[in-house]
This record gives sequence, C-alpha cells and structure tokens, in this order.
Amino acid sequence: MYKIFKAKVIDNLPLNKKNYLLTIEPLDPISEPSPGQFYMVGTGNSFDPLLKRPFSYFRKTAQAIQFLYTVKGKGTAQMKALKPGDGMQVIGPLGTGYPKPPKGYIPLLIAGGIGIASLFSLAECFTKKPSLIYGSRCKDDLLILNELEKLGSELITCTDDCSFGREGMVTDVLTNFLDSPSSKGTSYMIYACGPKPMLAAISQIALDKHIKGYVSLEENMACGFGACLGCSVKTGKGYKRVCKEGPVFPIEDIVW
Amino acid sequence: MKGLYCPLAHSRPDIHRDSEVNSVFDSIQIRSRTIQSLTTTDYSMDLSVNIGKLKLKNPVMTASGTFGYGEEYADFVDLNLLGGIVVKGISLKPMEGNPAPRICETPCGMLNAIGLQNVGLKTFLRDKLPYLRNFDTKIVVNILGNSVQEYVRLAKTLVDTGVDGIELNVSCPNVKKGGMTFGIDPRSLAKLITAVKRTVSSTVLITKLSPNVSSIPDFSRVAEDAGSDAISLINTIPALSIDTETWKPRLANVTGGLSGPAIKPIALRMVWEASQAVSIPVIGIGGITNALDALEFLLAGASAVQVGTGNFLNPKATIEIISGLAAYLRRKNIQTIGDIIGGMKGTKSGHNPDH
Ligand SMILES: Cc1cc2nc3c(=O)[nH]c(=O)nc-3n(C[C@H](O)[C@H](O)[C@H](O)COP(=O)(O)OP(=O)(O)OC[C@H]3O[C@@H](n4cnc5c(N)ncnc54)[C@H](O)[C@@H]3O)c2cc1C
Ligand SMILES: Cc1cc2nc3c(=O)[nH]c(=O)nc-3n(C[C@H](O)[C@H](O)[C@H](O)COP(=O)(O)O)c2cc1C
Ligand code: FES
Repeated sequence: MYKIFKAKVIDNLPLNKKNYLLTIEPLDPISEPSPGQFYMVGTGNSFDPLLKRPFSYFRKTAQAIQFLYTVKGKGTAQMKALKPGDGMQVIGPLGTGYPKPPKGYIPLLIAGGIGIASLFSLAECFTKKPSLIYGSRCKDDLLILNELEKLGSELITCTDDCSFGREGMVTDVLTNFLDSPSSKGTSYMIYACGPKPMLAAISQIALDKHIKGYVSLEENMACGFGACLGCSVKTGKGYKRVCKEGPVFPIEDIVW
Repeated sequence: MKGLYCPLAHSRPDIHRDSEVNSVFDSIQIRSRTIQSLTTTDYSMDLSVNIGKLKLKNPVMTASGTFGYGEEYADFVDLNLLGGIVVKGISLKPMEGNPAPRICETPCGMLNAIGLQNVGLKTFLRDKLPYLRNFDTKIVVNILGNSVQEYVRLAKTLVDTGVDGIELNVSCPNVKKGGMTFGIDPRSLAKLITAVKRTVSSTVLITKLSPNVSSIPDFSRVAEDAGSDAISLINTIPALSIDTETWKPRLANVTGGLSGPAIKPIALRMVWEASQAVSIPVIGIGGITNALDALEFLLAGASAVQVGTGNFLNPKATIEIISGLAAYLRRKNIQTIGDIIGGMKGTKSGHNPDH
C-alpha cells in the first residue's frame, strides 16, 4: 500500500461558480481512508504554488476518491483547471478521523459551508442515518443537496441570508434542535466541521449543555504527515498537530 | 465507478491509456528530475563524503525541523539509504512553540515560525533516539540553548549516548532568547563553540550559521578558528507576509523564516563564500528539491547537503536526489562524488583540491 501515490483526474465538475467536485483514480494500490481523514493533494509542476494542499475526502469508492472543494487562492485555482486525464501526486489517507460514538449515543452531524465535505463520508457510514444540520452563507453554497437527501438523513438546512432552509446560523438551529421536545432524553454525540468561529460557538453550546462531541479543525499545513509542526493548535494537553493527532479533536480538548 | 456521484458520467471521456498518463507525470516530476530507483550499479558509484571524522555514505542529509525525528518519513523513505538524519532542534526542557498560524506559503517558498517546539532532551533520549538507532545512517542532533552551559549540557549528554554528530543551532530567527544571539555576535559564537568542542571532543561538531550576518566569510572563520569541525548553512531568512484583506501578518508570530526554492540562489552564494573562506567542510542548505540543486551546492564547495522544505513537496526527495546524483556521476563518467566538490569553473578559485 502506498501512502504517496499518483492519480489521474477522471472528472472535475463545477457545482457552481466556486465549488467543484474532483474525482480521481489512484494509479497505485492505496489503503482505505476512514471518515474525517484527509489527503495532501498536489496538482501542478511549478514551485508556485509550492506545497500540496489538504482536502478531506468526500467519498471513496473501489476505484476513485472524490474531493469537494471551494476555490480560494492559488492552489485551488490550479485545481479548478484540472482536466480529465491530468496527473497528480497525492499523499494519504492522513490524520485521525471521527471516532465511532459509544453505545447509547446518537450521532448529530453539523456542517458549515465546505465542512460538509468531511462529514458526508461519516453520514454515509452509519446504517441508521444520523441527523445533519447543514448551514451556509446562501442557497448557492449549500452543496450536493440531492446526494444528502438520497442518503436518508434527517437534513436541516439553514442559510445566513435566509435564501434557503431555516433562517440564521447553524448555532441557532442547533440550540433549537437540542431544546426541542423530541430531543429530550437523547444523548447526542456531536460531530462538527466548518469555519473556526462556528466550531468555537458549537463547542460552547456543547460544553454548556454537557454534550460530548468532536470538531474537525483546519490549519495551514506544509507536510501533512507530522514532520514540520506547522499545523499545531493549542489544546488542554499541550500543542497537538492537526495533521496527525487531528484534524478531529474532542470538543473539550481545544483551547479556542 | 458504480455508486459514484457524477452527474456528467455519461459525458466522461474514456480512461486514458497508461502511457499518456505517464507522460503527464513526467512533466509533473520536473521538480525531482532524476526519478530513478536505486539500481545495483548505483551502489558501485562512490557517493561517500567525509564531514571531518564523520563518514557519510552519500552527501544527502535531512535539514533540522523538516524531518521530524525520522519516524514521520518511514512510510515514504528507507531511512537506511540516507547519508544522515539531522533531527529537529532539541532543547534541555520541552518547548511549546508559537501560536497558530505558524506557517504560510509565499512565492516559491514558505515562512515558518514554529518556535522550536520540541520534546526536550529527556523524551528525545527515551522515545526518539532508540528508533533512529535502528537504521544504518548517521544521526546528527541539532541543539539549542539559552546559555553556553545549556548547550554544553545538551552536547555532553548526547555525545555520551553515542550520537554521530552535534549541530549547533545558533541561527533560529523564531525565538526571543538565545539561538540567534550567538549566531550574530562573533565573540559569543567563538566562546560557545570553544566550550562545546571541549566537551564533545572527538564527536563531529557542526555549527549552523545564520544568513542574517553582514559577512559570511567572517563568521565561517570564527567557527573554524574556535574549533568547529564543519559548518552548515543556511538557516531560514527572516521574512514577513501580510494578508491584504485583514491587514494582519499571515503568521501569529508576525515574522517567520523563509525557506524553499526562493532562497536557493542566496544560499548558494553564501555556501560558495563560506567554502572559499575556510578549509573545514561546508554543508549546503537552502531550497534543494532535486539532484541538480544538490549538484549546484557541491560545485559551489559544499561537501554535503541538507534537504529541508523539499521533503514537504515530495517526501521521497532525499532518496530521489541520491539516485539522481549516482545517475549524474555515471552519465559524466565521474568515479567519486568528491571530484565534483568545489568544482565550479570560471572563477579564480574554482576548484579547491583540499576537499
Ligand atoms: C484537514 C483539512 C481538510 C480540508 N478539507 C477541505 C475540503 O474538503 N474542501 C475544501 O474546499 N477545503 C478543505 N480544506 C481547506 C483547504 O485546504 C484550503 O482552502 C486550501 O488549502 C486553500 O489553498 P489555496 O492555495 O487555494 O489558497 P491559499 O492561497 O493558500 O490561501 C487562500 C486562503 O485560504 C486559507 N488557507 C490556506 N490553507 C488553508 C488550510 N489548510 N486550511 C484553511 N485555510 C487555509 C488562507 O489562509 C487564505 O486565507 C481543508 C483543510 C484542512 C486542514
Ligand atoms: C518548518 C521548519 C522548521 C525548522 N526547524 C529548524 C530547527 O529546529 N533547527 C534548525 O537549525 N533549523 C530549522 N529549520 C531550518 C532548516 O533546517 C533549513 O536550514 C532551512 O529551512 C533552509 O533549507 P530549505 O530551503 O531546504 O528548507 C526549519 C525549517 C523549517 C521549514
Ligand atoms: S502539517 Fe506538518 S506537522 Fe502537520
């Protein structure tokens, strides 16, 4: 099994102006990822951009790996230009993914924006599909809704500008959800991925309500496999590497 | 492809033939131009070099802070093939390092302000060194202290455990105390080297020079005169990057050290200057990503090289450089790598037969 492998692009599908779904076929034997893990993806052959970029896998099948990505800067602009047949170098699967909930706990998934990329594979792996709260800035940024509906999860969407689903932030929706009568007596295990301020707010709610859970963090990365210490974040147990001990951390460990 | 969400599946082009794909990869691999696996003939080339008393099987080492404690690369590289491993800088007590973000990318380079996060001497000796000892390669420990006494204690303890070499980090731009102060003041540098050399005696002592000085030749001579067995350069170059949306620096530490291909020409000039100034071996560091980069440093006078940021771009960079060097020797019909060292032509003092 190779941790660093060549792959070729099968498809690079625009979902809207800035979000794409990239499908690649690994050309070397690779090991199976688990939900929450990620890959370092290298596209170009120049020194600018220089480093590979980290992306959660969105879905893995026998022949292919899919990434759901937002175009941000140089690296993702280059990714956007990939065409079927193009070659690339990938490292992974990397990091520590989402642990299974202990017996008696019901998973509750919370995605903000492109955070859905990392949670989709988790939702997929439960036989009894978990509830998913999925928020974004506007309707256009709510991605792959068809797929999510097909999955059979209870899907609660919300947008900051009220253009789709419920009005407001995922944190408002989360509070309502937890306070609703149907949630009484249920022990939830939160799994959240999204922008840092959202994760910090969710963590506060979870701590206040004594709910356990996990957040998936992002940090700039140089290596992705634990060597550079560039991605370290402060936790209650000292600095930890997002790429190795993370990206998924227990909510109570993170010092925001 | 069954079950894969792919709305354009019907219009997906046929899967390309392997040969076409390979040609795409050939262009991707310009970064490490000489990708060839080590063959038996490669071993017949003499790649070995000497850093003082330290004999390396080839001139390719890893740069401190970019190769963890070796174990992080075990998935990618057969550590036995390396000339040497220089581990992350070790201090007496563990260090937490700087807040995030600690790194950001700049054109053809990156800034880092890790702040020398490390496990500390005790944990290094207990958990990290035994692992490294399993491999047939030289282990050099990069050390950092706040005082001469701290450096001496670190060096003494490490030498007693039998490490192959000590690299003095006197040039880290990312910590407030120590480190850099020794690197930019010739008198304290000389004092430090003399004291450490006295304790480590026969173990090879390498002084890692700061690029942040007005004269590389002067500092190289200070290191040589004080008893250093070799010098390595360069460490990262202090630099800054600003986010124009937020008007904030991209690193929490504000400034960081620039590394990667962007610094290679500067590093090469400094290595050349250093090798002209001293007769102890010089180890070249800075932006090396492939065998041709390494060759430039050897031609400029370096007896060995260290690969840093290049490991992040391609975790196999070191071994590809080693096989690339062997392939180069074969192509040029050169018997030993030593014949390349200091071989730059067209300068008054191009070839330096001392090496
Ligand atoms: C574990 C992990 C998983 C990720 N999964 C996904 C995913 O599935 N889909 C997706 O679209 N994005 C994901 N990201 C974020 C993605 O890596 C960045 O958006 C990408 O690196 C930006 O590269 P760029 O060259 O386009 O932007 P740059 O020009 O490098 O930067 C543009 C902006 O993006 C920010 N940025 C750069 N690198 C990162 C980073 N590593 N994390 C967060 N912000 C960054 C910069 O600070 C800057 O504001 C993930 C990040 C991590 C750490
Ligand atoms: C993430 C990172 C961490 C580093 N940590 C150390 C260190 O602990 N001690 C040290 O002497 N140099 C350290 N360096 C400097 C490198 O060893 C090397 O001198 C420098 O990066 C230039 O080489 P390069 O361009 O090949 O990376 C570090 C560099 C990077 C990028
Ligand atoms: S990205 Fe290098 S240690 Fe995490």
